[in-house]
Amino acid sequence: MQNRLNNNLGFRGWVSGGRYGLDRYAYALHRLTGLGILAYFIMHIFVTGARLGGPGQWNSRMAFFGRPIFKLGEFLVFLAFAFHAINGIRLVIIELGYMLGKPGLPAYPYSYSTLRQKPLFVVVMLIAAALMIIGGANFYSTMR
Amino acid sequence: MRESRLWFWHILSAIVILFLLGVHMGTMHLGAILTSIGIGSRDPVQSAEVFHRSQQLVYMITYILLLGAALFHGLYGLRSMLFELSLSKGMEKAIGSVCALAGIVLFIYGTYVAVRVFQMPQILAVLKGGQP
Repeated sequence: MQNRLNNNLGFRGWVSGGRYGLDRYAYALHRLTGLGILAYFIMHIFVTGARLGGPGQWNSRMAFFGRPIFKLGEFLVFLAFAFHAINGIRLVIIELGYMLGKPGLPAYPYSYSTLRQKPLFVVVMLIAAALMIIGGANFYSTMR
Repeated sequence: MRESRLWFWHILSAIVILFLLGVHMGTMHLGAILTSIGIGSRDPVQSAEVFHRSQQLVYMITYILLLGAALFHGLYGLRSMLFELSLSKGMEKAIGSVCALAGIVLFIYGTYVAVRVFQMPQILAVLKGGQP
């Protein structure tokens, strides 16, 4: 418990990457997108509950949520999902011990795990960006 | 031991969600692009399509599986984040209980909706007849 208190950054620890670089910001963004997706998901459970009232109730609810402001919100959720899912694949790969390289003596030029997994980080961010662009194109075509 | 087991389920649920939510998001949010290559639907939230999917056994099972996996993954993640705020043991227990209770209530409600809609065959017949 004492160690945890010493390491406590409070809410700042959720969003601030400090001097730890991009990985730390990806970690913070992963959590923020996770919170956003959770909030949306809980609302989604109740919204899709309208199916209980039959097609009439479903249509009227969809008419309400078909407004541009909700469409924009839906698109933001899609962006959050794209980042969270693709970055999550990276986290699972690393959690399983892959792409970290073998441990070795600290000899110059220094190599460390976050540096060794950087190619993976770049690739997953590019995939997430591509997914966001495709999703954006889809939203644009449905809004026209 | 208990925490490492929960963490294992957190990772496992992420993999389940990745596949199921990937398909769901593709169906719902990439419809216009998918229809251009001959799959999917341009308007997947149209009532006829929603009820058609909801009344297939495979979709009902998928919805319930996704519901359980996503609730566990999301609420466990929220609990973990809150625990990092160095709260008292009592507060941690309370947060854990609230997350578990919320998860159970939402799972029961979501499952009830999925099963009830699956058991409404007359809706499909009405929709096929052209009624709203």
